[in-house]
Amino acid sequence: MTADDSFIRIENVTKKFGEFVAVDNVSLDISKGELFALLGGSGCGKTTLLRMLAGFETPTSGRIIIDGQDMGDVQPFNRPVNMMFQSYALFPHMNVEKNIGYGLKHEAMSDGERKQRVSELLDLVQLGQFAARKPHQLSGGQRQRVALARALAKSPKVLLLDEPLGALDKKLREQTQFELINIQEELGVTFIVVTHDQEEAMTLASRIAIMDRGVIKQVGTPTDVYEFPTSRFTADFIGSINLFDGTVTSVKAGKARINAAKAGCTFEAPVSPGIKSGDAVGVAVRPEKISISRSRPKSTTVNAVQGEVLDLGYFGKDSLYRVKLESGELIRVNRVNDQRVEEADRQVDWDDKVWLTWDANSAIVLPEEP
Amino acid sequence: MQNRSVFLLSTLCFGFAFLYVPILIMMAYSFNSSRLVTVWGGFSTQWYGKLLENDQVIDAALLSLKIAVVSASFATILGTFAGLTLARLGRFKGRTLFSGMISAPLIMPDVITGLSLLLLFVSLETLIGWPSGRGATTVTLAHITFSMAYVAVIIQSRLTSMDNSVEEAAMDLGSTPLRVMWDITLPIIAPAMVSGWLLSFTLSLDDLVIASFTNGPGSTTLPMLIFSKVKLGVTPDINALATLIVGVVTLGVVVAGFLMFRAEKQRDRDVQVAIAANE
Amino acid sequence: MSELAGKSVSSSATQRSGFQRWLNRNGWRKIVAGIPYFWLLLFFLAPFFIVMVIAVSEAAYSIPPFKIPFSWEALQANIATNFGYLINDSLYYTGYLNSLKIAAISTVFCLLLGYPMAYGIARSSGATRNILLLLVILPFWTSFLLRIYAWIGLLGTNGTINNVLLAIGIIDEPLQMMNTDFAVYIGIVYSYLPFMILPLYANLERLDNTLTEAAMDLGSTPARTFLDVTLPLSVPGIVAGSMLVFIPATGEYVIPVLLGTGSSPMIGRVLFDEFFLNTDWPVASAVAIVLLLLLVVPIMMFNHYQARAEGVE
Repeated sequence: MTADDSFIRIENVTKKFGEFVAVDNVSLDISKGELFALLGGSGCGKTTLLRMLAGFETPTSGRIIIDGQDMGDVQPFNRPVNMMFQSYALFPHMNVEKNIGYGLKHEAMSDGERKQRVSELLDLVQLGQFAARKPHQLSGGQRQRVALARALAKSPKVLLLDEPLGALDKKLREQTQFELINIQEELGVTFIVVTHDQEEAMTLASRIAIMDRGVIKQVGTPTDVYEFPTSRFTADFIGSINLFDGTVTSVKAGKARINAAKAGCTFEAPVSPGIKSGDAVGVAVRPEKISISRSRPKSTTVNAVQGEVLDLGYFGKDSLYRVKLESGELIRVNRVNDQRVEEADRQVDWDDKVWLTWDANSAIVLPEEP
Repeated sequence: MQNRSVFLLSTLCFGFAFLYVPILIMMAYSFNSSRLVTVWGGFSTQWYGKLLENDQVIDAALLSLKIAVVSASFATILGTFAGLTLARLGRFKGRTLFSGMISAPLIMPDVITGLSLLLLFVSLETLIGWPSGRGATTVTLAHITFSMAYVAVIIQSRLTSMDNSVEEAAMDLGSTPLRVMWDITLPIIAPAMVSGWLLSFTLSLDDLVIASFTNGPGSTTLPMLIFSKVKLGVTPDINALATLIVGVVTLGVVVAGFLMFRAEKQRDRDVQVAIAANE
Repeated sequence: MSELAGKSVSSSATQRSGFQRWLNRNGWRKIVAGIPYFWLLLFFLAPFFIVMVIAVSEAAYSIPPFKIPFSWEALQANIATNFGYLINDSLYYTGYLNSLKIAAISTVFCLLLGYPMAYGIARSSGATRNILLLLVILPFWTSFLLRIYAWIGLLGTNGTINNVLLAIGIIDEPLQMMNTDFAVYIGIVYSYLPFMILPLYANLERLDNTLTEAAMDLGSTPARTFLDVTLPLSVPGIVAGSMLVFIPATGEYVIPVLLGTGSSPMIGRVLFDEFFLNTDWPVASAVAIVLLLLLVVPIMMFNHYQARAEGVE
């Protein structure tokens, strides 16, 4: 172990393909037993980073250290890392048992031990009765579990999962998500998941790194990245948000007043110490943090704005309002339908003039990016 | 990893050298002024001149070209029908036999094909008086038969690689099956038909064994003439003839390849421009 | 009014001739499938039955030089005579054995050379791959006969190879390479190599790269990965390529005539000479039928794997 607590250490790693910089000077520390997610859109470099951890790509510069060992010269087949491929990459000419046992062929163990290990894994993923089937005789969910068992067979120090739930349909995905978490907790193996699906990242991971164009934008717990985004990209990428340009007019006791012309109101929001009067910032508030009402609020200038309901989307458990402000900007408001009412008795309806208000703590101030 | 790519690279080099060095040496010797094929006597193009004066060679070449053009054209039509049948008409009675008859000529040894076709022609002549005697006609019929199998395979693979929803869309928009074939399917398989024609043409031009069986006395195709000369050993004028044939074919293939490559590139560029315009 | 309109439509439809409607409904299918079907039945399948009939006929000094048997006894006698030759005369059975041996050995050499080439091409990228493929296909288009001819100049006693070896002093006297089995192996490997490479390439190119990555990820060295994953998954390509070489090579005529020895001819040459020199059509037909029977299993293997390769797509 290195002096500090990091189990996997990615140090200033850059990967270029010709002129294209896929991963740009990324540093990251991941602790033992973590379920870590790399989240980002396609082409953001998350898969390249994963492939460098597996050893299929070599960093152009920088180092990767796993459990105190520099992976620089270690070939993929010698790394204490196994990967679950997005396509599962099950060997089509081997049955389930052979697929799962493939990695154990190279381990120093007796045939009996090997058999024992394979049957343990078959039990773990509940595929005991399918041991003799070939991959093409399995359903998508079963294939996914074979891939998982195969990758776990060698008890790797780190398991890499490339879009582990991507190929599954929605219902199956939710169930499998929790299975993955249970297996991870049971075995205590460090999981690194690559995904483009933010919900998947939020439910699975204990920490998330958000990547964009080869750079890590933010690392934090799901709550951190959702409630306390540090950049416009993160705020916009995770969930939905209303974001305006603004100028800081005053800062007092950790709270700033920000004038957002497009919104037509003044925001009051907590800010970090660096922000000072006159700074150009982004100011944002999530749709579910806004209250919508036809009655006039106490303050009509701070953290409040008037508009007209343009659209109403009814989703059952909640509704989405799109409210048009005087400036012409649209604000999205989410409202939980916590009361059972007829359509005609709806409190807020199409074309209503409404007031939108939010708590000072709900507004997020995002400094301009350098 | 490194060792593996070194190994692959050296086999590739060896393999391509194996394929090309003999031809290149033969071509070089066609410019040898000495009659002795093993001694280099200086550069000369005299054998090309001699070749063009040789009426026997010119006649055989013209006959072969005639047979090749006619058989390639018929083979392309028949092979296109056969390819369409295999790729688009689904299951029908006798399909297995049909696809068997398409793939068998591709691997059937020439001596068997040649012998069986000759015996057919002889039997037909005895029974119905046609074809009377053997010659260019029977050779052409034989060449059509084995070439159409190649065309059918090319057309079939082109059609199966293509989604048939385009054809269904045309049908949905009110075209009759015949119109769909004419407006949609034919333009799509046109490049494959061109390749099929060219392949049939070269197969016909190249065939010795089947032509030897199905040909009659009095007409000699170019491969038959070359074979009779080659059996006696290496001669510089055959080197010259070989160089001409190989040169023309290579030029043709390279130009065709280049044109197709350019068309593909142009298409990619157009797509990129269209995407860029949309953004 | 509406009745009138309806009538005129229906009458114009009938005027568009029954033929056209027949074409549109189902007729076009019958034409498209029927013409090549009929052609192949007449020019490909029927000839085999004729060969069978002639194989059980009696050789005769007539035109055509055979007599079809019209009694059960004559038929049995003809079979005994014609096929008897093949069993009793060593020319025939050694011809078959020789052909199978030479074709098999050549196929193995084609595979040993063709597999790494196909693998190398499949592994290369973009423009390089296209150029290499073109280089493999190009010999297809150039004359087979002339490419064999090129080897006569190389392999002869006064040929290029001997001249070069003598000049650099590796040998003191010319090697006898022409008119040997060695020359036939060279000729067959040389002319059939592209037939081996192309199906192998098609197979290896389709092979999912993540499978080899997965094997390496699970601890296999590149060599192990090749044996465990790449090789078993390329079996269809190996079989298809091998059959494409083995089947025509067994009946090969030109290569053994030009490069091989006259003392133990391959069966293609035996058949050719039987037909043209001896004018014994029944025995030539019998030779062809036995050759075809020998090749039935390889041909069926080829068709099976071909169908499997298509099914995968």
